Amino acid sequence: MLDDKDRIFRNLYGLEDWRLEGAKARGAWDGTKKLVEKGPEWIIDEVKASGLRGRGGAGFPTGLKWSFMPKPGGPRPHYLVVNADESEPGTCKDREIMRHDPHLLIEGCLYAGLAMNAHVAYIYVRGEFIRERERLQAAIDEAYAAKLIGKNNRFGWDFDVFVHHGAGAYICGEETALLESLEGKKGQPRLKPPFPANVGLYGAPTTVNNVESIAVVPDILRRGATWFAGLGRPNNTGTKLFCISGHVNNPCTVEEEMGVSLRELIDRHAGGVRGGWDNLLAVIPGGSSVPCLPSPACQSLHMDFDSLSALKSGLGTAAVIVMDQSTDIIRAIARLAYFYKHESCGQCTPCREGTGWMWRVLERMARGEAQKGEIDMLLDVTYQVEGHTICALGDAAAWPIQGLIRHFRHVIEERIDDHQARTSGTDAVRSAAE
Amino acid sequence: MPKLVIDGQEIEVEDGLTLIQACELAGVEIPRFCYHERLSIAGNCRMCLVEVAGMPKPVASCHMSVNDLRPGQDGSPPQIMTSTATVKKAREGVMEFLLINHPLDCPICDQGGECDLQDQAMAYGVDASRFALNKRAVEDKNIGPLIKTIMTRCIHCTRCVRFMTEVAGVEELGAIGRGEDMEITTYLERGMTSELSGNVIDLCPVGALTSKPYAFTARPWELRKTESIDAMDAVGSNIRIDSRGREVLRVLPRNHDDVNEEWISDKTRFIWDGLRTQRLDKPFVRRRGRLEPTSWDEALSAAAKRIKAAKPSRVAVLAGDLTGAEELFALKDLSKRLGVKSIDCRPAGSGLDPKLGRASYLFNTTIAGIDQCDAILFIGSNPRLEASVINARIRQRWRDGGLKVGLIGERSDLTYEYEFLGAGPQTLADLVKNKSGFYRALKSAKRPMIIVGETAVTRPDGKAVLALAAKLAGEVGAVTKNWSGFNVLHTGAGRVAGLDLGFVPSAEGKDAAAILDGVKKGRFDVVYLLGADEFDLKRGHDTFFIYQGSHGDRGAHLADVIFPGAAYTEKSATYLNTEGRPQMTARAVFPPGEAREDWTIIRALSDVLDQTLPYDTRAQLRAAMYRAVPHFAALDEIEPASSTALTALAKKRATMAKEPFGSAFGDFYLTNPIARASAIMGEMSALIAAGGEGATGTDG
Repeated sequence: MLDDKDRIFRNLYGLEDWRLEGAKARGAWDGTKKLVEKGPEWIIDEVKASGLRGRGGAGFPTGLKWSFMPKPGGPRPHYLVVNADESEPGTCKDREIMRHDPHLLIEGCLYAGLAMNAHVAYIYVRGEFIRERERLQAAIDEAYAAKLIGKNNRFGWDFDVFVHHGAGAYICGEETALLESLEGKKGQPRLKPPFPANVGLYGAPTTVNNVESIAVVPDILRRGATWFAGLGRPNNTGTKLFCISGHVNNPCTVEEEMGVSLRELIDRHAGGVRGGWDNLLAVIPGGSSVPCLPSPACQSLHMDFDSLSALKSGLGTAAVIVMDQSTDIIRAIARLAYFYKHESCGQCTPCREGTGWMWRVLERMARGEAQKGEIDMLLDVTYQVEGHTICALGDAAAWPIQGLIRHFRHVIEERIDDHQARTSGTDAVRSAAE
Repeated sequence: MPKLVIDGQEIEVEDGLTLIQACELAGVEIPRFCYHERLSIAGNCRMCLVEVAGMPKPVASCHMSVNDLRPGQDGSPPQIMTSTATVKKAREGVMEFLLINHPLDCPICDQGGECDLQDQAMAYGVDASRFALNKRAVEDKNIGPLIKTIMTRCIHCTRCVRFMTEVAGVEELGAIGRGEDMEITTYLERGMTSELSGNVIDLCPVGALTSKPYAFTARPWELRKTESIDAMDAVGSNIRIDSRGREVLRVLPRNHDDVNEEWISDKTRFIWDGLRTQRLDKPFVRRRGRLEPTSWDEALSAAAKRIKAAKPSRVAVLAGDLTGAEELFALKDLSKRLGVKSIDCRPAGSGLDPKLGRASYLFNTTIAGIDQCDAILFIGSNPRLEASVINARIRQRWRDGGLKVGLIGERSDLTYEYEFLGAGPQTLADLVKNKSGFYRALKSAKRPMIIVGETAVTRPDGKAVLALAAKLAGEVGAVTKNWSGFNVLHTGAGRVAGLDLGFVPSAEGKDAAAILDGVKKGRFDVVYLLGADEFDLKRGHDTFFIYQGSHGDRGAHLADVIFPGAAYTEKSATYLNTEGRPQMTARAVFPPGEAREDWTIIRALSDVLDQTLPYDTRAQLRAAMYRAVPHFAALDEIEPASSTALTALAKKRATMAKEPFGSAFGDFYLTNPIARASAIMGEMSALIAAGGEGATGTDG
């Protein structure tokens, strides 16, 4: 269990003052001048050494990402864009940061901006986050007033932070769609390459980072990379905000060490599975996009990037969705499929056409009306979508269904058998004909 | 020059190519829907996925640059595989997705037989569908009288959106909604008003956008396809005329990189119904004030009688916009033999004159040369209407950046930004005198272009405007050894050939303006109109009008004798476009009824006049013509005009009037007899007059 002294987000629950004074009392903006003076190379090296991996879902090493930015001195400005379009179902960590610890984010922006030679940061806030945006803006105003950021600030690195409010589209959380939206266009992902580090916002070098990735940077720099790297497990270092929702007694967002065991996470922080640990049916460990894991796989599960991907799932945003035995797992996944069908931008073929198809088949499966042959067909369709799209939304739509079929095929088959037993003759003939 | 291995074949390609282009060079076909060479890359159809060694996912070849590929770990060139199981599976998958919501209505779809989706489903699809649910239905949109929409068939490749936004420069199409609910629409269901809109029909890979006038008319395999040249404007767009039996059923563009790329204007495309109506299919003579059908013999002898009776100085010959070089040559030849000196192929009051040198009336920069220019000054020209395809090329150049455009003349939306300098010749005079403002932009440009419109030189002070434009061109360095930036943008397809042939009055002859004036005052006994419908003429003074042409339009109404001629789709004729590029049309269908190819009529008339022209076949006529103007023989090659003529022209001095430059024609859709006979053009004209509101679908 994470020691209190190692916590980064010490006001996660909003029990203390979120304003500048409170944040300063918790250590924010402490020694910033000295850290800024150490220069961009030092910051990047420190973040690299900390082993911080992006907290937005993909887990790409943050320091490495920053180092992809071109060398300073080019004709184009550099931009830092913070992705606060937190829309992944089950995920509610960035909003807590913006609500209760906004100064950590702002301070992180300053370091990240300095590291990548950016004088401007845009924070793209999810459309539904009205209060969060107000709170964040208020914190930014405080920081400007205190000359912590802005032109001619105390630290000698001119730095502007702008908050941009999205219009409520999940796809705008994809980094290039976010950039399109930020530019005022329809939020549709761009083709890559070129990557944003070369051609990003307004055609200039840009790095897009998750809120949590940026907000942990001040503590990494202040306490040292070795402190951060000492937490967690190899290659999966530091602390992480876990969002536990679903059939637990006490759903919560909690900061824990990377690699904490799932059982500890649920039992200690979320008050245990409803009806006891043995009542667990399955867990979606990283937000709706990753495949679910059935309870046998959850028994001694370490919550980190590598352990979960070894199980063909993923840590994603570390949004743990717990489902107990009462869950209709097919309906649950069908509901997720509807979400992806609804949020597909419609740009590229496999996702536009595939998400609707997959959802409709799943709806029929949830009612037991499908044929057994359709299970393999559905699986095949998910593979036809996965990896063939412009952005990762296609993958995200395919994975939960793959997880369902991988672990709960028998449930689907039973449902179909049940349905056929209930309805007389006609359907049985159809399946026999197959 | 990166090296690649495509399906085991090593190939070295240029920098900056995409994989799809590299594969094409290697002779490997990649299926595609959204990719189009002349549009931006969307990468959304996912049909062109290929496998690249070392990459975890298949790659969209339309978008991946050859320079973005990394060599193998041993330094070997990157490997691209286009026929592996992964690629096959990917293509089948995309094909299946495209088809699940595409209606199975090929039997009633006009795209059938020339449908990319159909062809590629055959080549790359699977035999059966696994999709057993209901298909999506999308409401059709009313986007005007030219384009029929069946939006359920749309596969969302966005080619049409990209074309309208990028090439046509009119943001009238876009996609609304997202996911499955994405729809292509004109947002408010207005009719599209771009004069290039018809090209989206060709671009649409499926039957979502088809030609409305052509709907349910024919299947492509029933059509005879004739490669020809357009005569609706002076661009000389390369076209393909599709006909069945005696009727032209549609006109499509052909690719010519140096002329029209692969676009044509809506007038070029949809003119074909005008080729059927108002046709002159019999000779006519006027008896007791009424035009009555007659035989060729009677018509020819009636005309010959009056020509013979008239003094040559009291005979005038006027040629119109649509005439081919052959008939111009024959008629000039005949006029010369008859001693007729008042002949003209120019609009009344034109300042253009072959005596000033060829460079003074050609689009010397050439259309392809636009790609290199960095400043343009329009003088009394509206290229968007006068030469839509050239305007698209200028817009393309403007989009590439670094192009300054100035305009003297009528303000209008050219689809790109320009600096409005003034309305009339006074502005031009000030520009040359003060050497300020846009003058400096031209002066500092490396390759400036000056484009003089027909309206600027077709006015009493036309010669002065032309001379001053030439002076400006000389001063700003538009005319140098390597760059020829002085241009005249013509509107008539037959004009340049006429000027090259010298179809203008000789020493004592009268020009068009003087002829019109003379007719008014009764100074001419016979006026021969060769397809000349745009002149302001009235009957009277016992002047005998002979009209030779294809349509019963203004000229025919005047006539005492009508010789029915052939339209440009019905004869093999030479046209020189505004650049001076000779191109030849081909006969797609026969002229209707007793109408004849135009030069044969003149040849027959010469016989009756006892002045028999010495050519009995088209080949003999052409041989004679090529002796007179050798450069006509070099088809599709531009004979560069010497720029010394411009230096001389620049020295001419004349005073200029104050009136502003007008527009070349009132209505883009009704500029010639064929267009005026076309119901489709009439509908478009009415739509534009109503400001695009006429086609909302809500007005019944």
